[in-house]
Amino acid sequence: MSELLYEDVLPGGTHWSFVVRRGLLLRLVDVDGGANVGMLFYNPANLLERYNAPDTLKCQHTFKLTRGNCLYSDMGRVFCSIVDDSVGWHDTVCGNTTRAVVAERWGTRTYQACRNDWQLNGHDSFLVEGGKYGLGRRDLAANVNWFSKVVVADDGAMTFDVGNSKAGDHVDLRFEMDTLVLLHTCPHPLNPAADYPRAAVRYQFRSAPPMTEDDACLNACPENRRGLENNRLYHLIG
Amino acid sequence: MLKESTLAAAAAIYRAVVPAGDYWLHEVKAGQTFRIVDVDGNQAADTLFYNAADPFERYSASDTIRAQANVYLGVGSKLLSTDGNVMATITADTVGRHDTLGGACATESNTVRYALEKKTMHACRDSYLLALAEHDRFGLTKRDIGHNINFFMNVPITEDGGLTFADGVSGPGKYVEMVAAMDLLVLISNCPQLNNPCNAYNPTPIELLIWGEGA
Ligand SMILES: [Zn+2]
Repeated sequence: MSELLYEDVLPGGTHWSFVVRRGLLLRLVDVDGGANVGMLFYNPANLLERYNAPDTLKCQHTFKLTRGNCLYSDMGRVFCSIVDDSVGWHDTVCGNTTRAVVAERWGTRTYQACRNDWQLNGHDSFLVEGGKYGLGRRDLAANVNWFSKVVVADDGAMTFDVGNSKAGDHVDLRFEMDTLVLLHTCPHPLNPAADYPRAAVRYQFRSAPPMTEDDACLNACPENRRGLENNRLYHLIG
Repeated sequence: MLKESTLAAAAAIYRAVVPAGDYWLHEVKAGQTFRIVDVDGNQAADTLFYNAADPFERYSASDTIRAQANVYLGVGSKLLSTDGNVMATITADTVGRHDTLGGACATESNTVRYALEKKTMHACRDSYLLALAEHDRFGLTKRDIGHNINFFMNVPITEDGGLTFADGVSGPGKYVEMVAAMDLLVLISNCPQLNNPCNAYNPTPIELLIWGEGA
């Protein structure tokens, strides 16, 4: 593992955003277990290029995200690759909590009464962070929910797995192009917890080792080789 | 669950056939009933809904499946907007299951899914982009192309997290019908996909019908 360049902790129920350069590795660590990190990706050079969950799933014939998977933009390119994962299953279809969902499930807590212990929701968190880059409600899409697992029965019914991620579990993202990242640590929308879950997440930046021919993401399926070839063309012609 | 409609085609106030590879952009008013017919079977109707009065409010696949706690659409499914409002409710369906996770095909995703040289083949997002460009009075652009419904498509998910594009459960003449809960702008790409065995590499027409006042 290369040198740690930066690390910090995001408390549960908060939001943040940043532009990450191609070639950096982002590790997310579930500090106490049961974390959820909602995340969306955009191309900072063309904000119309954004994360596309349907393409990500169907290109890799998968419903879950884990090591070996690439996260695709709607332009057939890869924002980042999952190069390591101790969790095994991350959700990208269930979306976010909204103000209404949080109020219905966990009640209303105002900022005036509770200060930073109020109960933020994922939807508003993305609107706030996206607004810093000129993005609005037109630009939101199905997000990743790191550390969260939702299984689907034959009839399509969904069940949230409360024990999916343990304290110390991590996922490593290698960025394959410059990427605007919006994220929040609000609860997964299907989390059945009685109290608003507030799980902290540690994040760390390192330099990613260069991709080699035996790379797990490159070789996971022929689709990923073609997606990463689209990245190569993008970086060739700009 | 299968449920047939009680409405007669002869009583519809609007009927149109859309060939494969074309788009359809039309208003459906609150209270009107809207039917999409899979004329020859195993076609995909890639459908987007916008609130006609505020088109930045639009169909949300993730809110819809979260609220109904089910990944498939069928009779009784309420189609939710990005603001959590009901846009339409499916009231009749002779197919049994519709997909809202697979999204629309695009030339760029075709390069990944099939082969790099497929980037010149017509795809659903091209139809969406042309529709929005030709109707720019709505002020909608690529920004507004969200995750659509694929009516008539069957995309089963397994308990261990697999995803497959299965042969259709649809067939000639099967249909899905819904009642609009708000004034809607409906944008359909009748999928031109020539690379997917689901439609036997043969995209075919769909028919659209509307019942109610003022179509
Ligand atoms: Zn298509």
